[in-house]
Amino acid sequence: MAGAITNNSKSNSGIYAGSAHVLMLPSWLIIGFFLLIPVLLMLVYSFLTKEFRGGVIWEFSLDAYDQFFFYRGLFGDEPPVFEWTYVGIFWRSIWQAGAATIFCLIIGFPTAWFIAMRRGANKSVWLFLITIPYWVNLLIRTISMKFLIRDNGPLNEWLLWMGAINEPIHMINTNFAVQLGLFYSYLPFMVLPIYASVERYNFALSEAAADLYASHWETLRLIILPAVKPGIIAGCILVFVPSLGAFLAPDLLGGAKTFMIGSLIEEQFKGNAGNWPFGAAASMILLSMVLAMLTYYARQQSKEVS
Amino acid sequence: MATDVQVKDIAIDIRSVSKLFGDFVALDKVSLGIRDNEFFTLLGPSGCGKTTLLRTIAGFEDVSAGEIVLYGKDIASLPPNKRPVNTVFQQYALFPHMDVMQNVKFGLLRQGVDEVEATKRVSEVLELVQLNQFANRLPSQMSGGQQQRVALARALAPKPKVLLLDEPLSALDLKLRQAVRLELQQIQNETGITFVFVTHDQEEALTMSDRIAVINDGQVQQVGTAEEIYEAPKNKFVADFIGETNLIDVKVKSVSGGKASCILPGGAAINCSAADGAKAGDGHLSIRPERVALVSPTKGTFVGTVTRQIYLGTDMHVDVQLDDSETVKVRVQNSKVAKIPEIGTKAGLNFDSDAARLLVD
Amino acid sequence: MASKKIDLRYFPGFLPLTYLCLFLLYAPLIIVLVYSFNDSVSITKWGGLSLRWYSDVFFGPEAPKFQTAAFNSLTIAVIAATVSTTIATLAATAMIRAGNFKGRSFGFVLINLPIMVPEIVTAVATLIFFSAIGFTTGYLTILIAHIVFCIPFAYLPIAARMQSIDNTYEQAALDLYATKFEAFKLVLLPLMAPGILSGFLLAFIISLDDFIITNFVKGAGIETLPTAIFGSVKRGIQPNIMAISTLLLLVSVVFVTLSYLVGRAGEKSK
Repeated sequence: MAGAITNNSKSNSGIYAGSAHVLMLPSWLIIGFFLLIPVLLMLVYSFLTKEFRGGVIWEFSLDAYDQFFFYRGLFGDEPPVFEWTYVGIFWRSIWQAGAATIFCLIIGFPTAWFIAMRRGANKSVWLFLITIPYWVNLLIRTISMKFLIRDNGPLNEWLLWMGAINEPIHMINTNFAVQLGLFYSYLPFMVLPIYASVERYNFALSEAAADLYASHWETLRLIILPAVKPGIIAGCILVFVPSLGAFLAPDLLGGAKTFMIGSLIEEQFKGNAGNWPFGAAASMILLSMVLAMLTYYARQQSKEVS
Repeated sequence: MATDVQVKDIAIDIRSVSKLFGDFVALDKVSLGIRDNEFFTLLGPSGCGKTTLLRTIAGFEDVSAGEIVLYGKDIASLPPNKRPVNTVFQQYALFPHMDVMQNVKFGLLRQGVDEVEATKRVSEVLELVQLNQFANRLPSQMSGGQQQRVALARALAPKPKVLLLDEPLSALDLKLRQAVRLELQQIQNETGITFVFVTHDQEEALTMSDRIAVINDGQVQQVGTAEEIYEAPKNKFVADFIGETNLIDVKVKSVSGGKASCILPGGAAINCSAADGAKAGDGHLSIRPERVALVSPTKGTFVGTVTRQIYLGTDMHVDVQLDDSETVKVRVQNSKVAKIPEIGTKAGLNFDSDAARLLVD
Repeated sequence: MASKKIDLRYFPGFLPLTYLCLFLLYAPLIIVLVYSFNDSVSITKWGGLSLRWYSDVFFGPEAPKFQTAAFNSLTIAVIAATVSTTIATLAATAMIRAGNFKGRSFGFVLINLPIMVPEIVTAVATLIFFSAIGFTTGYLTILIAHIVFCIPFAYLPIAARMQSIDNTYEQAALDLYATKFEAFKLVLLPLMAPGILSGFLLAFIISLDDFIITNFVKGAGIETLPTAIFGSVKRGIQPNIMAISTLLLLVSVVFVTLSYLVGRAGEKSK
């Protein structure tokens, strides 16, 4: 035998294998230094003592988490009482984001299906139409929605003019307005992944189902939906996750009653509350929820692949 | 025989090359001597390791063990751009953003040939593949056959010591493939460059090559000319893979001097030629269907019943089931004169002793 | 149509829902566009067509403020998109053309981290980091934050394009005596051009659009267009905001059309 057997295959390792780390270095440095370390620092800050009017004092403290969950402190003389305010804000955010996700799914799935069934140039024009609003500034889209649904905005004016209503419908500053805003912000995120799934769907399966006596809707329920499930789940995550931490829609379209996580956090840093450790703690809780969800999703994905 | 060739006549000497992908053994101690100025073909089924062997010569795969010696120099550790060999890729890999001129000139410029000299060389090779008037076309504006010739010109332009061709005809349709075969042989003759050609198509291999290496399971099964491989297959795999054959289980009584005497399943004794390395004991005999003659039952050494007839145009294929249940495939020329017995009737079979060959298992 | 009864692709109700989807996406934008030409001080009463609010944007009392903000937005977007596209191209080359190396999956997570972390959390973390190391907030902090945030968006189309390019092109280049760097420069990069351009355009738009992160890290005294508009809207929607919004909307539409055309040209050249 000539020489030792080595098992480092060049084709397995790729053309630029030798330079991999040099090529990765800029992204590792930039994202590591300016995002990963900041997130870790935020975790540290959530365990520090607050300074009034922003900033922190470098003394360990559980106050931020204590304040988040308990009305009467964990460490006082009286027994602690659970505090509903902040948990309630989180719960409302989950609920609002969930409602927006369901709206997106109800409108997004038929749209994705319809586009995927178009042919040739027709299809790419439809896709183009759906993606344009995504490229338009989110702030401007939210302002447009605010303008449209104001009490004396164009929508109410027209409905009055047409005689459909007698007095303006109050929409702004309601839960519905926030859900509408979230729906409007992230609808393309629902359509595009579902479209990609439907596009790959082997249509012969529908024909086979029809051949085996399945009705139209049975085919949709039993064959099509299971086949495009990965796209639906991806779409739901892409809508739900940013909705959960959204700031603009609840801030511009909602009122005090529709306060969501994003506004709560913003207020600790930019607003009057000025409690950095508490803002950091709320951010950590939001981040953990999102990462848990993404990890669960990734697990499911890899399970389905194997 | 390969061992008789002087070292200076060897273009590529592959010395016990092994290649592992994880636990999978793609090449298992392969040794081959490819001669200077030879049209050499690596033939085998898909996944046998022939393309991997070609890619280790080109430098796209490291060898796990062994040496690859090109005209006396071990190149196994050199990167592909330091090896004086060029490749015609299966899907051509013509650079889509460059026209024909730029594609063919690419290798020359990388070698440091100056612009004027390179342009001259490009017209030479384009002349050779008859594409002179297409120099300014983009690959996407050409037919498959033309792209194939551009790929050939591009690989020939730097005057490689060895040209590697990775199933270059597989993307062409049948008629074009047959025309290009002749053209390839001509170009090999004119340029005098050693060609190493990979294919899974035995007809391609038999018609074009000076010598063929049959490869299976990462090992070289047999090396020889087309005739040697067809007429004197070494083992069961080669006999079965190249053309059609009847494989018959036999008891081997004795082997000596390339001859063997065996007992057929029916009990009849037969003398036949034997492959190098065949041993006494249980063995396999290969008899090509066209070497078996169909005669009347009374004149046959063996007698059986015709069970199937297949009309093949120039030939007829006939299955004859011997009385002891072996089925023998027979191929007879389709002529109006010879009468082929009906299905269900008896027929006799005859063959010369040199038509039968004892194989190495 | 008789054929619809047996058309398995057709579901009743899907077409109206698709039109509803389009209507919901476009109605607010079109209304803002229409009202930006309204010749009235009140934003709801229609007073006839006019360009007065566009003239107000460019020459009115608030014009200098919005012009400075627009200048900041544009320069930050150009620099952030250029830097993040370069970083993303290098990273994609490692992730897709360097096989399995140590730290590959960590690298993948890191590149996608800015998308996975909610924007508001990124904003908080970045603000805390800059204040902790005593970095004065301003133009530079916005720029750094935008570069980080834009990397995954530039990476997506670049990586997708690279995956679709067969690596035998580079093998052919190596076979023809090109060095690895020459194979990268002369073969891979030109083939990558459409992907890199869409990556750049996407990063540019993302940077131009960003409000939340910018709002956190900008500090006092500097505004980008979105923060300036937000500040103005907080005091109530004024007609000049509609004109600015329409202008920004047009910029976005021009960009998305460009990237669409580039993408189609790329598809054809494959």
